[in-house]
Amino acid sequence: MSSGVYVAGAGALSAIGHSYATSFLALKNSTHGIGPLSSLSSIYNGTLPVGEVKLSNEQLAAQAGLTKPITRTALLGIHTAREAIADSKLNIKKWRTGFISATTVGGMDRTEVFFPDFLKDNTQGILSDVIHHGCGATTDLIAQALGITDFTTTINTACSSSANAIMLGARLIRQNKLDVVIAGGTDSITRFTVNGFKSLMILSDELCQPFDASRKGLNLGEGAGFVVLVSSRVLQEENLKAKAILTGFANTNDAYHQTASSPDGRGSFAAMQNALTMAGLATSEIDYINLHGTGTLNNDLSEGTAIARLFAEKIPAMSSTKSFTGHTLGACGGLEAVFSVMAIEHQCVFANLRFETTMPEVNLTPQTKFEHKVVNHVMSNSFGFGGNCSSLIFSRSSVG
Amino acid sequence: MKLYINSVGIISPSLQASGEWQLPRVDENYLTCIEPDYTQWIQPQQLRRMSRIMKMGTTAALMAVKAGESKSDAIIAGTAYGCLEDTATFLTKIIELNEEALNPTPFMQSTHNTIAAQIALLQNCQGYNQTYVHGAFSFEHALLDAGMLLTDNPAQTILTGGVDELTKAGHAIHSRFNKYRKENTPYLISPAGDGTWAGEGAAFFMLSGADESTVAIADVHTFMASSSEQAFQQLDNFLKQNQLDTNTIDFLLTGKNGDQKNDLFYDQLIDARFSDQAVGAYKHLCGEYSTSTAFATALAYTILKHQTVPVSVLNSSLNTPIKTLLIYNTYGQHHSLILLTV
Repeated sequence: MSSGVYVAGAGALSAIGHSYATSFLALKNSTHGIGPLSSLSSIYNGTLPVGEVKLSNEQLAAQAGLTKPITRTALLGIHTAREAIADSKLNIKKWRTGFISATTVGGMDRTEVFFPDFLKDNTQGILSDVIHHGCGATTDLIAQALGITDFTTTINTACSSSANAIMLGARLIRQNKLDVVIAGGTDSITRFTVNGFKSLMILSDELCQPFDASRKGLNLGEGAGFVVLVSSRVLQEENLKAKAILTGFANTNDAYHQTASSPDGRGSFAAMQNALTMAGLATSEIDYINLHGTGTLNNDLSEGTAIARLFAEKIPAMSSTKSFTGHTLGACGGLEAVFSVMAIEHQCVFANLRFETTMPEVNLTPQTKFEHKVVNHVMSNSFGFGGNCSSLIFSRSSVG
Repeated sequence: MKLYINSVGIISPSLQASGEWQLPRVDENYLTCIEPDYTQWIQPQQLRRMSRIMKMGTTAALMAVKAGESKSDAIIAGTAYGCLEDTATFLTKIIELNEEALNPTPFMQSTHNTIAAQIALLQNCQGYNQTYVHGAFSFEHALLDAGMLLTDNPAQTILTGGVDELTKAGHAIHSRFNKYRKENTPYLISPAGDGTWAGEGAAFFMLSGADESTVAIADVHTFMASSSEQAFQQLDNFLKQNQLDTNTIDFLLTGKNGDQKNDLFYDQLIDARFSDQAVGAYKHLCGEYSTSTAFATALAYTILKHQTVPVSVLNSSLNTPIKTLLIYNTYGQHHSLILLTV
């Protein structure tokens, strides 16, 4: 397969673990990482359930070998992209290596420190706090730490951002513009997003229950997820072992409403269908779907309706790992791509925690416990505000 | 892969008519867009909910669609800062209202992908939808993506653009980095001075892989360079890959912004590589902002199409036909090259 794109390494960081291995253990043991907000100066501190990464900025900066504090979004990204590269055992300097990150908040965590003083008097506020506000500045900080000087870019399509980053990486390799791409996303918890989702009234004040009839909304999370994508040539010449093959992907738009999905999930239906077509797979060949599954009334119904329609013949195992990590926004597509790769590597499916009752509108029952089984093909869904819908399909390298 | 420009939609600080660009009015040290009557383009009830950058971005896109007389199969936007005004509004309200009873609208509209999403909504375009937010490379990377889509499927038409807005908060913050002119000057670029003018704008293009127009974007390249030598090396390689050299570039459109420290690089570039070529500049027409190369591309399109360089861009006559035009822009260590041909 000359145009094949292989996953040669992966890194994961979220509320459930600081590495690929520890994240897998938490998923295996069905141990979630959601707890009361503690890292922000907010009226929701101590009460609102969120999935925070249990590493302080100081710890992350020290690990990264940095003396100055920088935006947490970059720190989470450096930690995880480094893990992914180390995992691949690849000397990235030898190849045309790109870095594609996704983020929705960028340096917002530092802008929030800057802004109160600036608001009182626009000659005030420490400028070094606002210098990396832009999403691209966060990515440049990570690329610099990784020593990547080739193509570097940033995508922000809200909650589907990092699935699109992985897709772009794959396309650059397929068109022979790059040999290696580290792709994924990173987002930190901020007052901006906590209050934003609160104002939209889609945050649950309890632990989220994706795909459950009594779901009350989402829990925010933070983290990063990156994969190292390589061409078949790199795989062979470097004698690497592929964790999985990226066999299909698609990006569509629901074009229905700015923040709500269409009732029948036309955009997500098309994304899943187009990804299957590209992979040359029948719906019955998908063994596991890592759902977008935010736990909001709207998303889960829309996604569920699209899945019930598309997979009518045979419903695959499915779960939302946001029940473990919370919704990590711009990072979730990357993080969940890594979890999808894990499902293939360990031949297993993960639980959709706290599921009790099937949604009355669609007859779908997600996976309720961790289980070992044959997993040849995994679909990972990521949908976002603005109707952005993306689906990725990862396949076991022996069958891809 | 050549990207043929079928049509252009632009909202900028300078008015354009039959290939000529009027010099914009300068307010102290910034340029703001001359905004059209949006009701000609968007329903009033939809307009009411839109922020200024949304209006500018979606209208520029709709202008390109109308002029191109075709539907777009995909939408790709580049924006460094996205909906900055909404972001500042929501941040302000969080502080003022101490996180309580917040109106969600500015949050909803603050996301960078709002503009491409809104265009998809207005066009009912359910195809590929993407937003690049990589600083001064945002528009260039949107073009690269469009090029890859057209390589896979040349029959498609891709609506691609760049948009950024000037806001009070943004201007106040950038001013503190001494980026902008402190004195009022009628001219920006010649002579250069200390600091530049802030700017903004939206420009969208209907791009196709089929030869429907004579003007095409032939190649795009972005790179980081910490020295002039590094940059020249990248430029030479880029031109070589396109079977060109600096002598075969008929017109160089530079990103000079009137700040003498910034423009020093361009003077070195012109001395070293373009001493015999026609060289112009564009930022006196749109100001300095991260996606100004979208404006430059629209300007380059009119130059190549009409075969005349506006007097405000180049104050001397050109004898030879302009077949190849190179846009060279820098933003700190970020360098970008956009090659257009006719």
